[in-house]
Amino acid sequence: MNIDGVNNGYVIDHITAGTGLEIYNFLKLDKADCTVAIIQRASSTKYGRKDIIKIDGDIDIDCDTLGYMDENITVNRIRDRQLLEKIHLELPETLNDVIKCRNPRCITSVEDIEHRFKLADRERKKYRCVYCDTEYTGE
Amino acid sequence: MGTRKNLINITDLSVAEIDHLIEIADDIIENPEVYQDMCAHKKLATLFFEPSTRTRLSFTAAMMELGGNVLGFDQAASSSTSKGESVADTVVMASCYADIIAMRHPKEGAPYVGAQYASVPVINAGDGGHFHPTQTLTDLMTIHRKKGRLGGYTIGMCGDLKFGRTVHSLINALLRYDDIRYILISPEELEVPDYMKEALDAAGAEWKEVRSLEEAMPELDILYMTRVQRERFFNEEDYIRLKDSFILHRDMLGTAKEDLAILHPLPRVNEIAKDVDDDPRACYFYQALMGKYIRMALILYLLGLK
Repeated sequence: MNIDGVNNGYVIDHITAGTGLEIYNFLKLDKADCTVAIIQRASSTKYGRKDIIKIDGDIDIDCDTLGYMDENITVNRIRDRQLLEKIHLELPETLNDVIKCRNPRCITSVEDIEHRFKLADRERKKYRCVYCDTEYTGE
Repeated sequence: MGTRKNLINITDLSVAEIDHLIEIADDIIENPEVYQDMCAHKKLATLFFEPSTRTRLSFTAAMMELGGNVLGFDQAASSSTSKGESVADTVVMASCYADIIAMRHPKEGAPYVGAQYASVPVINAGDGGHFHPTQTLTDLMTIHRKKGRLGGYTIGMCGDLKFGRTVHSLINALLRYDDIRYILISPEELEVPDYMKEALDAAGAEWKEVRSLEEAMPELDILYMTRVQRERFFNEEDYIRLKDSFILHRDMLGTAKEDLAILHPLPRVNEIAKDVDDDPRACYFYQALMGKYIRMALILYLLGLK
């Protein structure tokens, strides 16, 4: 299957197969004023199958949150059809207003403040609320 | 927060700083007259969003003995919180009137939020079931006075180890000292949370869990008793079932060491029988006194006066 190359924009590669639409929604690409293609379950030598999103246009990409959603992602920045930058995402050290603290005793449960987490264990993808230390593993 | 020093978690203080505070507190005990006007014209705001007797009185007494003044409130109902004011706004306002803030709040992390907005030092005087660093300083001061050292003993922690913030703070503080064995004595329902067990393991500490006070007693140099607190439970049934699980009676001290030090953050309900009070090993009221001296030292330090 052929899809045109990107002139100026991004190729978001190595998305875990089947989750491309989630990333598409997070980046609000349905509202983007440019050409966007989602390729699902493409062959990957590294992962077997992967999803890819191609965006021919400039958008803001929050690499921290994207890294939290899927740390295997590679963001390729394209300028004039040339690869300008390749960013390998990883779990960010801090997450602000991305996940919510579930501890009913936490100050965030009653006050309108930013939900802030710090990475506590990279291997287990474990974060801790900076206010109450409650852990969040996404389960 | 800049370079202004706050005390939110006991680990905000280095071991050297804790040693310094203990040194000041020892000197206050020896030479109280030297300190009696050191905080003249200074004000401490006690922002207590939930009721407290001991901690608030201790802070108040500490500031008064330093020649300073105290203002504040002792329950959320008498503050603007009842009108919907945020923690941030309350501390910004209090910073206009006071030189230092001691804050207690039922929600975990509230003093941390306060410290981000205040323009004066903020002391966490207890945030829900989370941390209570000045109680920990009190505990360390008492251990120092009774044992002459802060490492090299077996400590038993008994009661509500799940919600008991004093226990969590004390463990975090003690993990930085050498050669301490921990015996965690609690019912299964009130065990220390996993993150505390991880902290013990990460520090390479020797620890074990037991289900009865009698089993641990002969090994202990320090016994740290805690109250099973009604307000930490979501339902009354669980509270009633567990509150009497771990009660210390005098006859249980038969197997205890002669120089055992029995500590308790107070208030007690029934977890230490009255007949233990006369035993020379009971140190909990002495501990309350030490709480005043170490808070005096802390106020002086955070105000940059010592």
